[in-house]
This record gives sequence, C-alpha cells and structure tokens, in this order.
Amino acid sequence: MENNKKILYTTIQNRDINNLRAGEMVYLTGDIYLARDAAHKKLVELIDSNKPLPFDIKNQVVYYAGPCPNRPEQVIGSIGPTTSARMDLYSPKLIENGLIYMIGKGYRNEKVKESIKKYKGIYFIAISGAAALMSKCVESSKVICFEELGTEAVRKIKIKELPLIVGIDTLGNDVYNNKFLL
Amino acid sequence: MREINVSIIKEVVKDLCMSCNYNVDKNIRNCFLENIKVETNNMAKEIIDIYLKNQDLAREENIPICQDTGMVILFLDIGQEVHLVGGNIKEAINLGVAQGYEEGYLRKSIVLDPINRINTKNNTPAVIHFNIVEGNNIRIRLLAKGFGSENMSKLKMLKPSDGYEGIKNFILETVKEAGPNACPPIIVGVGIGGTMEKCALIAKEATIRSLTDKNEDPFWAKKELELLEEINKLNIGPAGFGGNLTSMGVKINTYPTHIAGLPVAVNISCHVTRHEEKII
Repeated sequence: MENNKKILYTTIQNRDINNLRAGEMVYLTGDIYLARDAAHKKLVELIDSNKPLPFDIKNQVVYYAGPCPNRPEQVIGSIGPTTSARMDLYSPKLIENGLIYMIGKGYRNEKVKESIKKYKGIYFIAISGAAALMSKCVESSKVICFEELGTEAVRKIKIKELPLIVGIDTLGNDVYNNKFLL
Repeated sequence: MREINVSIIKEVVKDLCMSCNYNVDKNIRNCFLENIKVETNNMAKEIIDIYLKNQDLAREENIPICQDTGMVILFLDIGQEVHLVGGNIKEAINLGVAQGYEEGYLRKSIVLDPINRINTKNNTPAVIHFNIVEGNNIRIRLLAKGFGSENMSKLKMLKPSDGYEGIKNFILETVKEAGPNACPPIIVGVGIGGTMEKCALIAKEATIRSLTDKNEDPFWAKKELELLEEINKLNIGPAGFGGNLTSMGVKINTYPTHIAGLPVAVNISCHVTRHEEKII
C-alpha cells in the first residue's frame, strides 16, 4: 500500500472527490481546522444568531480532534480522532454553510449521511489511537479561536500525508455498512 | 503500625500517570504481535501494524499513545496497619495527577460541572476508590480511561429469569453497538451481581485484569473464552474495518446478589487500555 499512495490535497477538486469510494485509503495534505464538541456548539450558536464565524468554513476540512500539549521540540502533541457521532447534531448545519470535509472516527447518523450526499461532502476516518504517530504528520499548528476551551480550542494545522480511510463517500456509501468494499 | 507520608503517594500517582500514557501494556502488544501473524484481512493487518509503530514511537519519545489521555481512576487498597501522615490523601492524589498531566505533556480533559463544562485545566479531580485490606502496604492501581470506549459502556438490571443467556445477549449487543466508536480491539470488562454500583465497579476492575490471567471459577473461565470467541466472529476488527481481532479479552468479575436481581455492567476499554500498579 505504501508504494501506490493516493495523495489528496485540501484544495481538492470536485471531480477527484466524486471518484473517492468508501473504504479507500488516502493521504491528505494541506491546511485543516481542529474543532470538537465545545467548538461545534459555539459555531452553531453563532450561525443561529446570524453572527459571523471566526473562520471561513466554506470548502474547508474540519478534524474532530483535541491534541495533547506539545513538548518544546514538538509542533503538536499526540493527536487522533474523537468519536464523530457527538458532532452529528451540529454537522448538517455546518455542511449547509459550506463545510465539506470532516475527519473523525466511528458511525455517523442518517441526517449527516444525507447532508454529505446532498452537498457532495466526504467523511474521512482517521486511525483512532495512533495519535503519537499521527502527530508526525503535522507541520504547523496555531490556535485561532476559543482559546479558553483548552484542548478544545479551534486550531488551524498544516498536515502532510495524514493517512485516512474514506468513511462516507459522495454517494452516501458508508464503510462500516459496506465492509465488502475494502 | 506503619507510617506512610501522603507525599510518597503523590509521587507514585504522578509517575504512574505519565508512565501508563507512554508505555502500552505488554500483553496488549503481545496480542497484536500474535494477531498480525494470523490475520487474513489486509486492512486489519495494516491497522495493527500502525498501532505497533505508534506504541514504539510513544515509548521511545515519551509521548502519549493516544491524545485522549483519559480521566484518572484509582483503586487504593490500604492495609489496615497503615497510618497516613503528612496531609489529606485525596488532595495528595489530585496533586499527583495535576503534576503528572502538566509535566508529562498530557491532555487535560476534565470539566468541573457536567452541564456547565468548564475545563479544570489540570485533569483533576480523579475518581478515587479506597478499600481497606489486611496488612501494612498500599496497593495502587491507576487507570487513565479514555472516553471513546467509556461512552460505549452499559449497565442493565436484568431479571434472575434472564439467566446467562440474558447476560450474553446484553454483552454482545453492547459490543456490536460500540463498534468502531470504542476503538477496537477492545477489552470487555463485565461485572455481574451485587447492586447497581457494585457491578459497575467490578466491571471497571475487570478491564484491568491481566489479559493472560484465567478466571478462578471454572464456569466463568469457560464463559470468558466462549464470549471472546463469539465477539471475535463479529468482524468489527481493528478500528472497525473488519478482521478477526475485535476483542483482546473478556474478563468477568462476579459478586453475590439479591434474590430478586441480576445486575450486569459491561465496561468497554480500548486498544490502548492504560493501567499500572504499584505497591508502597
């Protein structure tokens, strides 16, 4: 698998996204945002009260992750995905507002699947519990808002070849229901 | 009578917090090494290989195996001949946790109020269980429990007539529902009997029994193996992408219960199940 790595850039063209199929392994490179439970709640509250978001989510990638603090010699501490299902309540609204790509782990509900299909998004699954190794894929990291949330603050990070599995593709195929796709 | 200063306990707690987050349980590692030899699903093999590399890196660089460095749970078995001196033992334990999480570059994941949810920023308080036992030692078992798997755990008050079949169905149902969310390969800790809180507590203790141990009761020893086999047929596999290794072990702890009851708790623990033990 190492020899024919499928590398994907965050400035992904639609036609490339449409070719991805649930169960495929890809390596993602580019700028992405970290946001989990508390940040999602705040973002949706801002949308509901017609206030601007602290960063533009249009065509962006959000990774459900709260990293460990970094040692002085590290760019970021250990970082891996948290359970996506807790973001299910918020995701459709973010997708409606332009977010396309999500990275997490575990099941998504039907509403999220429908939104992904409708707006041609992708749900990627990162490898849970391989957080020390995954920290090596991060080239830079900066808190951009909600700093008071500690590890739940929103960060912008630059990743290089982060290994991901396509969880739900643009047709709505779900890897967990379609293990034969692998 | 033996005097033990609580500052010694603080130091031990601090060290265990850091060490368990960097060094995976050797039995988990051995289980992966065995599995990779026989696994036929390529994706499962690849994932296990990634987990092994992750374990190596965490150990070599003293960095957390997983970013969810957990909520700290302690079981302290305190010998009744011990006299604790030097301050409040709970404060000492929480200070050990705070120092371990700060100095060890571990994530602070605890919020003070379950609804208001303000992060305490030092990963305290820990959940502490004290037991009084014979002797003049203190045995400390420490867990750093991640919530991906904790959230998928369940408790049910079954009826005596539900019997073993009821228990088995409840365990399998819980594991299926947990699926990829619980970060498989999992350890399934089961507590049966006692009262509502007792079964939950012994289920938690079951998750940190040695993977290589054998239940002392031959009936339950057999059930543990049978359940493990059943679970590993579910094809959930490492990270939930299918494969033969869904669970590394099923551990069942029991306790006498009431004539009217059959409480069962299933506590799920992930593939980095972090726990260490020290006797002072």
